[in-house]
Amino acid sequence: MNGSPVLEAHGLVKLFGRVVGLDAVDMTLYSGEILAVIGDNGAGKSTLIKCLSGATIPDRGTILLDGKEVRFRNPQDARDAGIETVYQQLAVAPALDIAENLFLAREIRHKGFLGKVLRMIDTGEMKRESTEQIKSLGISTLQNITQAVETLSGGQRQAVAVARAAAFGSKVVILDEPTAALGVRETAQVLKLIRDLRASGKAIILISHDMPHVFELADRIHIQRLGARAAVITPKTHTMEDAVAIMTGARPGQVEADAQYPERKVASPESKS
Amino acid sequence: MKSKGFPVTISTDSAASATVEEFLSRPPSIGQRVHSVLHRYPALSPAIVLILAVVAFSLTSSRFYQLTNLSLVFQQVAVVGTLAAGQTLIILTAGIDLAIGAVMVLSSLVMVKLASHNGWPGVPALIIGAAIALLAETITGLLVTRIKLPPFIVTLGMLSIFTAISLIYAQGQTILLNPGAFLLWTGTSFSIGSLHLTYGVLLMLGLYAVFAYALRYTAWGRHLYAVGDDAEAARLAGIRVNRVLLSAYVVAGFAIAVAAWILVGRVGGGDPNSGLNANLESITAVVIGGTSLFGGRGVVIGSLIGALIVQVFDNGLALAGLDPNYQVLAVGILVIVAVSVDQWIRSVKA
Repeated sequence: MNGSPVLEAHGLVKLFGRVVGLDAVDMTLYSGEILAVIGDNGAGKSTLIKCLSGATIPDRGTILLDGKEVRFRNPQDARDAGIETVYQQLAVAPALDIAENLFLAREIRHKGFLGKVLRMIDTGEMKRESTEQIKSLGISTLQNITQAVETLSGGQRQAVAVARAAAFGSKVVILDEPTAALGVRETAQVLKLIRDLRASGKAIILISHDMPHVFELADRIHIQRLGARAAVITPKTHTMEDAVAIMTGARPGQVEADAQYPERKVASPESKS
Repeated sequence: MKSKGFPVTISTDSAASATVEEFLSRPPSIGQRVHSVLHRYPALSPAIVLILAVVAFSLTSSRFYQLTNLSLVFQQVAVVGTLAAGQTLIILTAGIDLAIGAVMVLSSLVMVKLASHNGWPGVPALIIGAAIALLAETITGLLVTRIKLPPFIVTLGMLSIFTAISLIYAQGQTILLNPGAFLLWTGTSFSIGSLHLTYGVLLMLGLYAVFAYALRYTAWGRHLYAVGDDAEAARLAGIRVNRVLLSAYVVAGFAIAVAAWILVGRVGGGDPNSGLNANLESITAVVIGGTSLFGGRGVVIGSLIGALIVQVFDNGLALAGLDPNYQVLAVGILVIVAVSVDQWIRSVKA
């Protein structure tokens, strides 16, 4: 875990007409950590994530990737910069196989005449790299790389989506409600996958409504309330009740865990922010 | 109190789920195997139908399986077969083109009229005629992608528009070209033994080869499937959906242009009333060929098989001395069977 943040946001503001989507939100993310973003509906979770993944352009504020300012005009920009997003609605092509899905929109072409003139894609190479990728992530549920994605279970499909995001040298992986549509068993598989991703040194942002999952996985928890960052806490120092209290405004939060990370100083929920 | 969470560890693989494991790992039933094979090879079921039809008609008439007769089937299928190749691209994107035949007729009329009335040489006449088809499909594609109109409605309008333009442009007359004109090359036949094919048939087969290659082995082809399957997922994966959609219509326009040239060769000129049924016949061929109307599933070669099935029924019933209306009946049944099979393939998980 290194000391300087991989992704930072400073003073992000996003207005939708007269509705305040984001109210000067700061955020920091370090490699090798899972930062959970929680909040009630309309608290600005999705808007924050969309700004970071290029799906929305913030009205004000800056985003720094590895300390350098970046401006994303679309999701492809963010992806090129190394920020991958796994969306709640599974962004996979059901009729294509696992290898084709991993390489969707970044197919490898053959070298030489076949690729340059006939624009032939190198399915063998794509299969080889996909197998490697899936093996390195330890996804044991995906056996046959040429299996059509629609023949997979929900958990396996999510594993494909996560593998896709984790591949290709990405630094930051954003997971939007990755287990919302899954059963217990499949959820467990995906949670394990998320841990493995962290172990591989990637920085992960996890958006979830599921408090137990959040408290089990997250290193730090960023709480959004009414468009602003209400607090950053850690599962070590706060309970789920504390988190819910801050989320709902029953108790004021504070952002100490953010500033003190990675030392993880104990932050008292009672003190004023 | 520190509630360290309801334990969500991976403890679900307990003895309770062992029975589920066993249930999941039991060998697949025959139905599941058939399903999984059909799922993998969408052109398989139409291919079986075609083979059965050929065998059945060969038994009823000794003339059917003669190479001269089979050559005739291929010559008759060339126009609709070529159109069906273009229609396949559009249907793979979950679209439909009801005007594909009308555009072809206008394109062919432009070719013929430029060559005969305006005295143009064949090649530029062909190019301008082809440009009309490309332009028409580009407009359709732009209306679908930019103004987000449903393809069904856009092409329904286009059908009327292009049918009317053709009739006005040709003033309702058939124009014949002088024998030996360049534009009639597609109707020129050559023989390999007792197999008599036209160059139009070769053009069609060449087009199928190119389309099959592009769909299977290029990123563009894979993107076409992804967009037809789930456009939103494709967009989130980083595919420029509108660009892919538009390209499907433009490339279909190219197939229409080739079909128009083959039509000129078959008619011997330009006829505004030719190809009236080609709009629906091309869709019939695609559907019988195993391509899903919901997009994202199917292979282009299936559409050739579909077109051949229709033609084989037509030819075979005529040779058997049966009422040709049975062909219409048979094709109707085949369409419904094909769509039912598609529904089954798409529904169950393999």
